[in-house]
Amino acid sequence: MQTSTTRQTATITGSRSKDPIAVQLLLIALTFLFFAGFIFMPLALVFSQALQKGVQLYLDSIREPYALEAVKLTLITAAIVVPLNAVFGVTAAWAISKFSFKGKTLLVSLLDLPFAVSPVIAGLIFVLLVGSRTPFGSWLGEHGIKIIFSTPGIVIATLFVTFPFVARELIPLMESQGREEEEAAITLGARGWQVFRIITLPNIRWGLMYGMILCTARSIGEFGAVSVVSGHIRGMTNTIPLHVEILYSEYNYTASFAVASILVFLALTTVAIKGAVEKHVHNNQ
Amino acid sequence: MNMTLFKGKQRKILPGFGLSMGYTVFYLSAIVLVPLSTIVISAFGMNPETFFGAISSPRVLASYRLSVSTALLASLFDAVAGFLTAWTLVRYRFPGRRILDALVDLPFALPTAVAGICFATLYSPVGWLGQFLAKINMELINKPSGIVIALIFIGFPFVVRTVQPVIAELEPEIEESAQSLGANRWQTFRKILLPHLFPALLTGITLAFARGIGEYGSVIFIAGNLPFKTEIAPLMIMTKLDQFDYNGASAVAFVLLLISFTMLILLNGVQRWQQKAYQ
Repeated sequence: MQTSTTRQTATITGSRSKDPIAVQLLLIALTFLFFAGFIFMPLALVFSQALQKGVQLYLDSIREPYALEAVKLTLITAAIVVPLNAVFGVTAAWAISKFSFKGKTLLVSLLDLPFAVSPVIAGLIFVLLVGSRTPFGSWLGEHGIKIIFSTPGIVIATLFVTFPFVARELIPLMESQGREEEEAAITLGARGWQVFRIITLPNIRWGLMYGMILCTARSIGEFGAVSVVSGHIRGMTNTIPLHVEILYSEYNYTASFAVASILVFLALTTVAIKGAVEKHVHNNQ
Repeated sequence: MNMTLFKGKQRKILPGFGLSMGYTVFYLSAIVLVPLSTIVISAFGMNPETFFGAISSPRVLASYRLSVSTALLASLFDAVAGFLTAWTLVRYRFPGRRILDALVDLPFALPTAVAGICFATLYSPVGWLGQFLAKINMELINKPSGIVIALIFIGFPFVVRTVQPVIAELEPEIEESAQSLGANRWQTFRKILLPHLFPALLTGITLAFARGIGEYGSVIFIAGNLPFKTEIAPLMIMTKLDQFDYNGASAVAFVLLLISFTMLILLNGVQRWQQKAYQ
């Protein structure tokens, strides 16, 4: 990257480009213009709308019982979904990266399937599978188990939507690390779990952490899939994004943006952590 | 890369293949494959007349047309904006570059409902941007163009993040040698850079498009959801579900899935082509 600094045609400090300064300035200006309209303005708008009627109303909106219930349900969902998908991600990455077998390419593409499915369809499939009008769903209903329009439905739909995140981070990482270290440990007499704990886990911890952060962010913010399976029951099956929608459709814009600002804050944190993790991984290489 | 060395009839030294593979297949089936199969079962299980009746009703056809055309327009816009951003971020050094680079991922991280209410408010006739458009009698709210705005936001990181690494690997020397051989800037761009970046660009466009036709949360607030005019296909599924028309919802969903998967398979082809281009 830094070889360019030795170039004599230093343009704007340290650019690795010979484009004329006018072109550079024009393209940089255009980039900022795009960001202004599509990134900065929406961010600024959320906080300006949320605080429009004062800090007191802002705090009241996010402390109101229904909002707190929504936060609680969202956190419960994430607390179930993220560990399950993380365990799966590590397991799948172990199988795929440490062994060769037939059908690997197919398996890897199947893992990505949920990304190609519309969130609404992600909700619909669970209504078709366990909704009260299906044979399986009505059988469950007779035994007092309700999935759709209740918390378990929100959890499975979120599991589906966030399914690939951890596996997707870990597979390329573990493939690039190969398996010599683990094989050496086994040859020296280490046991399977020891190898995983002492060798593999420290090697993948940044990728694992980043995958789990993405998984958390998406499980907190998922809207379409959860919207289909939730039934929008206030104080019962309302997550934070659904609560934002309800407030907005009731023309309660200030409260809606106040609750949305929590999500914006989380999104910015995710993006910042991503930057930090990438920098760390980059420095380690 | 190490994998190729070990291919062949090498004995498995590492433990846990059976367990990890078994759990992977079980979990994948339980969470993804079995639930997804309900759409296929439902679509093939219903009376063909019901199926074709549902997907060929004028309102549903209008929603497919709208979803495909807005997603296509948005992904083409993203191709330009994403290429520009990736180029600027990789090649130039300027204050704020790192922050911009990090914020490229915001559309991935921001819940779609929040993006939805933001754009609906920004472009409302009294909104920060909408008030200027109102003066020139232009309105984006409740119009297909509003949907395009939301989808541009959603698809943007896909293009940047696929094109950015390819530009980073591109040695500026290639362009320099082209120019020293007498090519002008435009020729260098068209004959040298574009062919090299095209596969990555196409991948980005396809990903943005595939995401765009299924997108729901960010679109419904700005779209106004007027039948025949601004109803996207995922919303049609939602509407049919609200009316307990499960067959109709499955039929519409089946076709939408078919479009997405076709895009994915095409993308796979593009990626193979891309790999070949680098060999």
